Amino acid sequence: MRVYLTAARLSLRRYLTYRSSAVAGVVTTTVFGFIRAYVLVALWKQKPEINGWDLADATTYAFLTQGLMVPMGVFMNGTELGPRIRSGDVAIDLYRPVDFQCWWLALDTGRAVGTGLLRSLPPVLAGSLVFPFALPLSPVRWIAFSLCCVIGYVVSFSLRYLISIIAFWTMDERGVAALVFAVGFFCSGMILPLTVMPGTLGTIVQHTPWATMIQIPSSVLFGTQPGGVGYALAFGLFWALVLMGAGRLLTEAARRKVVVQGG
Amino acid sequence: MAESAERPLAAPVAYLLLVRMWSRSALQYRTSMLLTGLGQLFTTSLDLVAILVLYSQVKVLGGFTLPQTLYLYGTTRVAFALSDIVASGVETLADAIRLGTFDLVLIRPVSTLAQVLADQFNPKRFNKLVPAAATLIWALTDLPVHWTAAKIAVCAGTILCGFVLYCAFWVLSGCISFLAVDARELANTFTYGSEFATEYPLNIFGRPLGLTLTFVVPVAFVTWQPSLYVLGHPDPFGLPGFLRLASPVVAAVFSALAVLAWRACIRRYRSSGS
Amino acid sequence: MTAVPAQTVASAPAASDVPTADPIILAEGLTKVFTSHKRTGRLRRERTDFTAVDGIDLSVAAGELVGYIGPNGAGKSTTIKMLTGILNPTAGTLRVAGFEPQRDRVKLARRIGVVFGQRTTLWWDLPLLDSFTLLQRLYRIPPERYAANLAYYTEALDLGPFLDRPVRQLSLGQRMRGDITAALLHDPAVVYLDEPTIGLDVVSKHAVREFLHDLNTRTGTTILLTTHDVDDIERLCSRVIAIDHGRVTYDGPLEDLRAERDLETVVRELYSRQEV
Repeated sequence: MRVYLTAARLSLRRYLTYRSSAVAGVVTTTVFGFIRAYVLVALWKQKPEINGWDLADATTYAFLTQGLMVPMGVFMNGTELGPRIRSGDVAIDLYRPVDFQCWWLALDTGRAVGTGLLRSLPPVLAGSLVFPFALPLSPVRWIAFSLCCVIGYVVSFSLRYLISIIAFWTMDERGVAALVFAVGFFCSGMILPLTVMPGTLGTIVQHTPWATMIQIPSSVLFGTQPGGVGYALAFGLFWALVLMGAGRLLTEAARRKVVVQGG
Repeated sequence: MAESAERPLAAPVAYLLLVRMWSRSALQYRTSMLLTGLGQLFTTSLDLVAILVLYSQVKVLGGFTLPQTLYLYGTTRVAFALSDIVASGVETLADAIRLGTFDLVLIRPVSTLAQVLADQFNPKRFNKLVPAAATLIWALTDLPVHWTAAKIAVCAGTILCGFVLYCAFWVLSGCISFLAVDARELANTFTYGSEFATEYPLNIFGRPLGLTLTFVVPVAFVTWQPSLYVLGHPDPFGLPGFLRLASPVVAAVFSALAVLAWRACIRRYRSSGS
Repeated sequence: MTAVPAQTVASAPAASDVPTADPIILAEGLTKVFTSHKRTGRLRRERTDFTAVDGIDLSVAAGELVGYIGPNGAGKSTTIKMLTGILNPTAGTLRVAGFEPQRDRVKLARRIGVVFGQRTTLWWDLPLLDSFTLLQRLYRIPPERYAANLAYYTEALDLGPFLDRPVRQLSLGQRMRGDITAALLHDPAVVYLDEPTIGLDVVSKHAVREFLHDLNTRTGTTILLTTHDVDDIERLCSRVIAIDHGRVTYDGPLEDLRAERDLETVVRELYSRQEV
C-alpha cells in the first residue's frame, strides 16, 4: 500500500511543477467557461427553468465543469501508459512486484490532485464574479459532491486505462482514443448539460459512464439529481466496478501475451 | 559557380513543397489516419448536435432562429476548417522551440512562416471540412433569404475573409508561442476560442464584450458582421451598417499586422535565443 | 566557373564566389550577452546578464579547415549560431561569405551548410533521396549541378544501398552520411559540422574524416569543425581555435599546439580549463 502512496505523491509533486503551463491552461479554461456560460445564459433567458435547473445552476455548471475538466481527465487522452507500450518500456513495468492497474491509478491520482490544485479554483472564482452562482452552503451536499467526484474520477481512470491497454494489441491507441474522446466529451456534459438533452438522447446520454464524471457530481451539488445521492453513488460505483474489472481482465490477457512473445 | 537565380524561393512555393512532403509522410500511417479522421468527423459534428439540442428547448436564441444560427455556425466552421488545413502547422512551434529544432528553420534559405505553417501538414485535416460544409449547405437551403447577387457575393466573401482572419489568428497564436513557450494552451484561445464564440450570435456575450470582440480583436468580422447583411438581420448592437461589408478591409489590415508581429517575434528570438 | 564535381577539378575553389584575398569569415569584437530575469523576492525581478561570447575576433580564410574546440558552455555553439544567422550578435561586426548574418539570413543560408551531430536535418519518414530532392528545390540548385553532386556524393559516401530507405530506418553512420550530403548538395562556401563523428563506430568515423579531408583539399570548401574527438582534430585540422568562457584561448596551427606535449593532453587540459 505504501508503494502506491509514494508513487502518487511523487506524481503529484511532478505535476505541481508545471506551473507556467497551468497558468496558460487556466486562462484558456476560463475563456471557454465564459463562452459556454453566455450560451447557457441565452438559453435560460428564453426558458427560465429547464428540467429543474435555473440560470444560476447553468452558469455555475459551466465553470464548475471547466475547473474539473482536467483533473477528471475528461479529455480521455489516455494515460502515459500508451507511449510506454508503443516503445516497449512497459516490459519493465510488468515485471515490477506491484499490481499493474493500481500502480497506474496511483500515478494518475497524483496527476489529478496536482492539476486540480493548480487549475480548478481560478475559473470558478472568475465566473462567480460575473455570473449568478448557485453553490450550496450545506456541508452534506459538498461531502456528497466530493464522493461523487472521487467515484467519477475512478470511472474516468478506468476508461482511460482501458483505452491505453488496447495498445498491447493495436500498437497505436491514438485512433481509438480520438473516437472515444469525441464521444466522451459530449457524453460527459462538457458541451451542454446532459439535463437539457431531450427525449431518447437525454436518456441514453445520462446512463453512460461519462455521466459520472462531471454531470452527476454537479447535479448532486445543486440537489437536482433524480434519485438523489443514493442513486448517484450506486450508479457511479456500478460503472467503476465494471470498468475496473474489465481493466483487470485485459491486464491479465496482456501479461500473458507479453510472456508468450518474450516481451 | 553559376547560380540559377539570386532570388530565394518564394514563400508560397516553399510552403506547397513542404506540404507535399509532409502529406507523403502522413500517408505512411494510413490506418491511424483513418481512425483519427473518423474521430474528428465525429467531434466536429458534436457542436452541431449541441446547437440542435439548444433549439430543441427553444425556438429563438438571442433573437436568432435555428436556420440563422446554423448559417452562423456553418460559415465560421467552414472558414475555420479551411484555415486549419492551411495554417495549423503553427501548433508545433512551441515544441520546436523547446526542443531546439526551430533552429533548423532558420538555417534554410526560405521564409520561416512558410516552414512553420507547413509543419506536420496532414491530409486528414480535410475531414473537418465535410461536416462543416454539409451544415452550411443545410442552413443555406433552410434559410428564408431572398438571394440577390450581392448577397451571394457577400456570402462567399464571408467565408474567404473568415478564412484569412483565422489564418491571421493562427499566426498570432504562433507569436504567443514565441513569447511564452509554455503557453500553447493560451494560444489556442485565439484560434479555437474565437471559432467557438462565432458559432453563436455574437450578442449573447452582451454589449461590452461584444464591442470588444468587434473593435479590439476583430472576431466579429470573421462571420458575424457580413452574416447580418446576408441574413437581413438588424445589428443587436446598433452599429453602423457599413461595418457589415468591412470584413475584406479588416482581414487585409489584420493579416498585415499578424505578419509584422511574426517578423518581430523572429527578430526577438534571434536576439534572445529563446 | 564551371559547375563540375570536385573529382575532376583539382584546385579551383568551386564553392566560393568571394575573392580569395578576403577572409570568408571575419568577426571583430563579436559579443553575445544573454539576459535573464530571476525572481529575487515577492515582486522584484533581478536582471542577470550572462556573456556567452566576449568580444572575440575571428578571421578564417577561404579553404581553411578549422577545428573549434572548448569545454561545454564555453561559447562554441553560441558562436556557431551567430555565424549561421540563428542568433544575432549583441555587439561587434560579423561577415560570412560576403553577408551579414543578421541582415541577410536567407541569402547567407544558401551559401552555408550545417551538419548537426545529434540532430538530423532530414525527413524522418521518407526515403533519403526524397529529402535531397526537396533540398534541391528549396535551395534552387540547378538541375545539372544537383544531378552531378548527387552522383558524386552517392559514390564518395557510398549512399547507393540506402538512398531509397526511410531515414528512420538508417543506422547512425548512414544517417550522418546523409546529413553531410544534405549540407553539401548546394555547394556551400562554408560548412559547419557540429560533432559529426559522435556516436559513430571506428570505421564510420574514419570514413567521415577522410571524406571531409578530401572535400576540403579538392573543392576548397571552408570547414569549421566543432568536436571533442582528438582524432578528428589530428587528422583534419590545420588550425585550431580554442574557446573558453567566451574568449579565445588559443588560435593557431595544430603543430604549435602539440609542439610540447601530445595532443590528447593538450585537449584534456583545455577542456579542464587550464592555461595552455
